Amino acid sequence: MSVILSIEGVSKTYATGVQALQPTDLSINRGEIFALLGPNGAGKTSLIGLVCGTVRLEAGRIIADGADTVRQYRRARAKIGLVPQEVSTDSFETVWATMRFSRGLFGLSRNDAHLEKVLKSLSLWEKREAKIQTLSGGMKRRLMIAKALSHEPSILFLDEPSAGVDVELRRDMWAMVRGLRDSGVTIILTTHYIEEAEELADRIGVINKGRLILVEEKTTLMKRLGGRKLKLHLAQPLASIDPRLADFNLTLEQDGRRLVYAFDSVAEDTGVSRLLRSLEAVGVDYKDLHTEQSSLEDIFVSLVSQIP
Amino acid sequence: MNLHAVQAIYHFEMARWFRTLGQSLFSPVLSTSLYFIVFGAAIGGQMGVIEGVSYGAFIVPGLVMLSILTESVSNASFGIYMPKWSGAIYEILSAPVSPFEVVLGFVGAATTKSIVIGAVILMTARLFVPYEIQNPILMAAFLVLTAFTFCLFGFVLGVWADNWEKLSIAPLLIITPLTFLGGAFYSIGMLPEFWRTVALFNPVVYLINGFRWSFYGTADVPVWVSLTMITGFLALCLSLVWWIFRTGYRLKA
Repeated sequence: MSVILSIEGVSKTYATGVQALQPTDLSINRGEIFALLGPNGAGKTSLIGLVCGTVRLEAGRIIADGADTVRQYRRARAKIGLVPQEVSTDSFETVWATMRFSRGLFGLSRNDAHLEKVLKSLSLWEKREAKIQTLSGGMKRRLMIAKALSHEPSILFLDEPSAGVDVELRRDMWAMVRGLRDSGVTIILTTHYIEEAEELADRIGVINKGRLILVEEKTTLMKRLGGRKLKLHLAQPLASIDPRLADFNLTLEQDGRRLVYAFDSVAEDTGVSRLLRSLEAVGVDYKDLHTEQSSLEDIFVSLVSQIP
Repeated sequence: MNLHAVQAIYHFEMARWFRTLGQSLFSPVLSTSLYFIVFGAAIGGQMGVIEGVSYGAFIVPGLVMLSILTESVSNASFGIYMPKWSGAIYEILSAPVSPFEVVLGFVGAATTKSIVIGAVILMTARLFVPYEIQNPILMAAFLVLTAFTFCLFGFVLGVWADNWEKLSIAPLLIITPLTFLGGAFYSIGMLPEFWRTVALFNPVVYLINGFRWSFYGTADVPVWVSLTMITGFLALCLSLVWWIFRTGYRLKA
């Protein structure tokens, strides 16, 4: 798979002395959805700003679709669309006027057919003559995406696309993002909704305190770092775990009514059958059991908490 | 050169102006008419002739200059401050646009507005007093050069301002007083010698006098000094704009 965005040794320290980003290397593959996860203030928006040109690049090099973002900024920026975190546009303009403005700004001649296609794909065509201030919050957010797509970018940055968006609209937005990826657009999204990354991303990067902690395929990451849990619903509540079960990684939940065994699902010996036999031997009876894969959220919390 | 971007910014700015065209034109026309009623008809009758020109006709260039300076600074500063304030500046900063093209779009639109307002005020003045323009080419050149220079100044002000109050400081506290004290309504030759010397430190004196010279062939200072002063101020504003984009001052983090 070819690399569409290459970030090499990029760092950022603001005039206030705050180091928003430590030296960072990152490659984004053409056609993938890459999710950059991190808590607030982790450096996600700074990294996006450095790629898109809204933040001054002072150290390192960024190549976007074959063009250096500083020396060949025209070529590079023409390939990039940016959807910022906040809805930021002139609210007195009409939807159609702001779309034409965005396309012109990126150096392209008028193409009403393309703008119509974009607006229709985002269910905004009927609102083309409406002033932006009359649109609902969800429509404004979709309009920000439409503006970013007006110049047919090959890389699209979505900075917290579903922040403050209701559940239904979030699902619609995810479907729309998948549709964009299917049309050949590479998508980089930042989010602190783990569910969003879990749902959409092909690869995941975790950033915290300006440092990119890891970059990995989502499925590999979840397999590698995610354990499984066996949950047993006990017939009789337990006050404590029998010492004869000390070899197993067990915890009691729900006032002793649930026994949880954490294990490595890829290990040769998971210990599940041994545990079940041991439970029978010590007289612990259960009425139901099931296993659960730990979520990306568990992995994320564990990774972020490891950084001092 | 990204001409599509220049056009996009220019059209965007002009569209904003057209949305409030009545207010944009009515306000300067009304204030100019009031100046003519008060200074031209009421007081002008008592003033007689200044440097061979009736008082009503004498104040025409000064009044045009007053509007051009204030409107140029206000329009251009508002034009760039508004996207900074709303956050929409991200789109311009992330677009394949050079600083020159950004300035051309914003300052070009603001200059157009100022020139239209200047022309409307000249036409309004015609309703009140007869005046002549001896050197229309130089008059137009002064008009365009002054409007462009002060629009650049307004652009710098709009970048510098980080709240609405700062945006109105320059037009209210600097431009208007300097214009009133810069000979818009009188010849600085009418001042006592000390105040005449002080007035020569006011750069607006040179703008008004150069402009007035193109109308009547008479001025308090030589026309070449006026041209030199406005060109010098233009160079200063261009340098400031260049520095802003080179450093990203108040535009980029």
